[in-house]
Amino acid sequence: MLKDFFSKKKKYASIPREEAKKDVPEGLMQKCGGCQKIFYQKELQKNLNVCPECGHHHQLNAYDRIACLFDDNSFQEWDENLISSNPLNFPSYIEKLEKDRKKTGLNEAVVTGKGKINGFPTAIAVMDSRFRMGSMGSVVGEKITRAIENAKDQGIPMIICTASGGARMQEGVLSLMQMSKTSIAIQRFHKKGGLLISIMTNPTTGGVSASFAMLGDYNFAEPGALIGFAGRRIIEQTIREKLPNDFQTAEFQLKHGQLDKVIPRQEMKEVISTILDLHQSGGNESETSTSV
Amino acid sequence: MKQVLAFEKPVIELREKIDELKKITQESEIDLTEEIKKMETRLGKLEKDIYGKLEPWDRVQIARHAERPTTLDYISILFTNFIEFHGDRYYGDDASIVAGIAKFKDVPITIIGHQRGKNTKENIYRNFGSPHPEGYRKALRHMKQAEKFNRPIITFIDTKGAYPGKAAEERGQSEAIAKNLMEMAGLTVPIICVVIGEGGSGGALALGVGDRIYMLENSTYSVISPEGAAALLWKDSQQAERAAKSLKITAPDLKELGIIDDVIEEPMGGAHRDLETQAKAIDKTITEALAEIKKLDVETLLDLRFDKYKKIGQFEEINPT
Ligand SMILES: [Zn+2]
Repeated sequence: MLKDFFSKKKKYASIPREEAKKDVPEGLMQKCGGCQKIFYQKELQKNLNVCPECGHHHQLNAYDRIACLFDDNSFQEWDENLISSNPLNFPSYIEKLEKDRKKTGLNEAVVTGKGKINGFPTAIAVMDSRFRMGSMGSVVGEKITRAIENAKDQGIPMIICTASGGARMQEGVLSLMQMSKTSIAIQRFHKKGGLLISIMTNPTTGGVSASFAMLGDYNFAEPGALIGFAGRRIIEQTIREKLPNDFQTAEFQLKHGQLDKVIPRQEMKEVISTILDLHQSGGNESETSTSV
Repeated sequence: MKQVLAFEKPVIELREKIDELKKITQESEIDLTEEIKKMETRLGKLEKDIYGKLEPWDRVQIARHAERPTTLDYISILFTNFIEFHGDRYYGDDASIVAGIAKFKDVPITIIGHQRGKNTKENIYRNFGSPHPEGYRKALRHMKQAEKFNRPIITFIDTKGAYPGKAAEERGQSEAIAKNLMEMAGLTVPIICVVIGEGGSGGALALGVGDRIYMLENSTYSVISPEGAAALLWKDSQQAERAAKSLKITAPDLKELGIIDDVIEEPMGGAHRDLETQAKAIDKTITEALAEIKKLDVETLLDLRFDKYKKIGQFEEINPT
């Protein structure tokens, strides 16, 4: 069960900072980012890292996300051996990668693979914002592209869970081009009648929101997730105006017609498996270029 | 009033001096022909010295030059019978993107490009070449039409980026850009993209998925502006010059990274020094590209388009532990 999976994990990323340490023992307690109340980490974890009091959705790492969507022991990872090089010889990039690898135990900011969701075979790409803020460089673009291609070849649906600050600056325009690379793969996937579900989690911005995150047949988000193209600070500087508090939240995007639905984490697996069930007869291959 | 870039000041000053001497020779008894000849030789050398080894930051300055030719400048020279069309049919018309149809050597084509202004008034009208979602949706509408009538598409890329505004976000800037990337992948007609000025991030890319990508020699293509990168990296936008180098954003850089098909040479000192010559160079490139692409059947065209992007990126594959 989920509990078993979680108990294997030693630590959580959102460990309280220095000042809070006095009253919150490290690795045991965690302060809610929403209501500021302090909880046993176990209690939060049992609740999929959602605050039982205020419903605030805390960060979920890639493997925990997979555990809360997929049936036990059904997940097989793809391409975990891909790692970033330093194509532009960007200063201190290698060190930063190394540090994040140690910190997260991941090789890169996305985990891809396939498994079963209530018995339905499904491919998935899950981004992990702990690794270089989930930013997309060559490896992220390549892994997602390969996963989409695999899903297309195997005729199974594809889910992409985003958590990313956008393109990865240290790989320059190579990162930018991953937006087109993944989007072209998605076009081919749609054309073949594939089902693509996008789940946007906090944060989904920049080059990731402006590519695969918005290209699902269904575009969902978790409550409160930050979703947008340009950063709040840049917009405020440009228009010389304070933006409302709910600007670029999932709820804001829903209101403006950019999302199909905002789905709380605890309900995600059920909604997704219902959708998978409703698409068991598959989609039609399209003759024209029109993809969605 | 001509805009003079810092690095080219010696050239401009020398040229002015020569002009002065010429004037004196013409208007007075003093013959300075010998002097002028010597100075012109020196000018030629100086130009080669300065323009021959431009630093990335110099190229950024040229790409942003106030008089740098824009999409409409090239359209007026390269094509005939151009008719501009407006509107995305959902919300409005975005003047920072122009779209229309024309003839290129008797072949009907669709043209889409970012459009900056050359002065403040024009720039306000054109929103400094930074589109809202309706601009991208207008572009897509014309691309779909090009497909319907089997017209090749030529895009000109010249933007600092998609507009970072409240309304742009509310109307789905992300979705508009993403949709273009995806739809351009599947268009059954040839697409040729030419970066003529600044290629600013996703806002540039949204007109930039094609079968051939070219960049003018002094244009740039970047995931973030050098100023933005400097602010993030060193908390100091004054370090933009350094960032421009690190980010590898010039046309020769992109050619080396395997992203673009070719660099289109510019006249000495930049496209603004000789629009006609520049247009001719673009004309030649587009003509050759269209001839090559025309030979392909649709399936091959689309497969090659995917392959082109699929191979962009650099990484390592390690042995699983
Ligand atoms: Zn709470």
